[in-house]
Amino acid sequence: MATLEIRDLHVTVEADNATKEILKGVDLTVKQGETHAIMGPNGSGKSTLAYSLAGHPKYTITGGTVTLDGEDVIEMSVDERARAGLFLAMQYPVEVPGVSVSNFLRTSATAIRGEAPKLRTWVKEVKEAMERLNMDPSFAERNVNEGFSGGEKKRHEILQLELLKPKMAILDETDSGLDVDALRIVSEGVNRVRETGEVGTLLITHYTRILRYIKPDHVHVFANGKIVESGGPELADKLEAEGYEAYTKGGASA
Amino acid sequence: MAEAQNIPVGSTTAGAIAVAAEADSTVATRMSAPPSFDVADFPVPNGREEEWRFTPLERLRGLHDGTAVATGTGVKVDVQAPEGVTVEAVGRDDARLGKAGTPVDRIAAQAYSAFEQASVVTVPKETALTEPIRIAVHGEGGTAFGHTVVELGAFAEAVVVIDHTGDAVLAANVDYVLGDGAKLTVVSVQDWDDKAVHVAQHNALVGRDASFKSVVVTFGGDVVRLHPRVNYAGTGGEAELFGLYFTDKGQHQEHRLLVDHDEPHCKSNVVYKGALQGDNAHAVWIGDVLIEAKAEGTDTYEMNRNLVLTDGARVDSVPNLEIETGEIVGAGHASATGRFDDEQLFYLMARGIPEYEARRLVVRGFFAELVQQIGVADIEERLLAKIDEELEAAVA
Repeated sequence: MATLEIRDLHVTVEADNATKEILKGVDLTVKQGETHAIMGPNGSGKSTLAYSLAGHPKYTITGGTVTLDGEDVIEMSVDERARAGLFLAMQYPVEVPGVSVSNFLRTSATAIRGEAPKLRTWVKEVKEAMERLNMDPSFAERNVNEGFSGGEKKRHEILQLELLKPKMAILDETDSGLDVDALRIVSEGVNRVRETGEVGTLLITHYTRILRYIKPDHVHVFANGKIVESGGPELADKLEAEGYEAYTKGGASA
Repeated sequence: MAEAQNIPVGSTTAGAIAVAAEADSTVATRMSAPPSFDVADFPVPNGREEEWRFTPLERLRGLHDGTAVATGTGVKVDVQAPEGVTVEAVGRDDARLGKAGTPVDRIAAQAYSAFEQASVVTVPKETALTEPIRIAVHGEGGTAFGHTVVELGAFAEAVVVIDHTGDAVLAANVDYVLGDGAKLTVVSVQDWDDKAVHVAQHNALVGRDASFKSVVVTFGGDVVRLHPRVNYAGTGGEAELFGLYFTDKGQHQEHRLLVDHDEPHCKSNVVYKGALQGDNAHAVWIGDVLIEAKAEGTDTYEMNRNLVLTDGARVDSVPNLEIETGEIVGAGHASATGRFDDEQLFYLMARGIPEYEARRLVVRGFFAELVQQIGVADIEERLLAKIDEELEAAVA
């Protein structure tokens, strides 16, 4: 069973000619089949955790370990991490002019699976996945994220999640900027992948709204660069009622 | 109707958007001397002139100031033509030379004043070739001045592929003369070795109802500066000017185009795309379109797109449209320079795609639409392979 283990992770970023520590000792274990929600106020370092795990060059890991099934993730390049089974659904997916969605998806699936998917089954696979996400077939011929609405970008991210079948999916504020209909469609996509039992999910969010659609097994409160409280789904209800104030003002409360 | 008049657009990537021509400048007044076949009519450029300000004069190996002298082993020209085509080597006094256009700068005039022998390739009227005419220009390490004429009789159809390889310092004029209703596609590939310097003026004279398609592909050389120019000899002519360049570290590749709509009811469409990578890679694109007062019914569009793959490269892109009559079908231009940035790379790699493959995907996508318009299958394949090769060389 695939396991992502994060131990005492410290991460810095260069900003305004100064080095700033964003993650200050994160400990977290996510097992295949589990869903962990990481909730926290703006600026607490949630997205830094997501991008650090995916290997974004902007972030420097200064301490701690990250392993996937015992393999050192920090040593891997960005593409190696993806091929090892890590997937990051981005909050702000990037436009790639001149590259069509269909070409991108096929190139990506070829890289992840280690061989080009058979054309006939692949076309069907993509078509069905797009239908489930209410995506028009013409979408495949558009350039990656170019001119996409906020909802289209997020659906495109979840389309990739469904097609690439990672071991660990990190969803970075996938709910942000979505109206209720789009949120429902995107959440259903995530749930289809979760129901296979083959993916561990790290759901990073600022709001409790998405947790009505995607039920987490564990909820963690993230503040000031680390996890300050962990619990079951009931912790989300508490956050819904009380907000993050207790964590931002007085530090850890539990 | 006209979308724009005299609005030069500049884009550099090394700094801010920086290129802007004077508001009252015109295609004619921006040149330092009127067109002439005689090199003595042009002052030696100092680099501040509008038409020279982007060009590194010190790397022209004396082509611009008269110090470059032809050597015995300059370039070797080999013409392979299908049956029915006449290929001749002629002297300076041949009446067919210089009909399509007159040199507009000192180096083109230098080439016209200094060449000893010209090649004249003639396709008789109503002859439609099924095989391309292939002209191989191979640099043997020396300095050369050249002149080539490709003339199509009325209703003739031909594809000409001109390949430039090897190492040379070459200044040349190439004339394309299209009879009425003729169709000519010319692919000029600049695949020089790293040290080559190539400066040339391409003059097309498009006959009544004739179609001219020029595909300029520049990969190699230290300095390549080309002037593709189009004039019309009658109404109903069409010109398509496509260009593709891949500018590497230290290379200077400059394409300066002019379409002179001097006859009514003619069309032109210009699309140039370039990718740049490496320190001091410098691409310059000047796109001048002139719609003269008598050229009613003109339909023209020009576009330049650049993709900057790394830091340290620079693009200067200046489309310029001059309109002397409002009675036209359409006129427009566009220029844009974009970066292949680290965020795109991260996004693609985060989907398991290795770095080299990610760059290849973006660059092939960028050029694909243009390559498909060439319409000569073996050239299209060769270009895509060459683009891959360029990318591979950069990664290595």
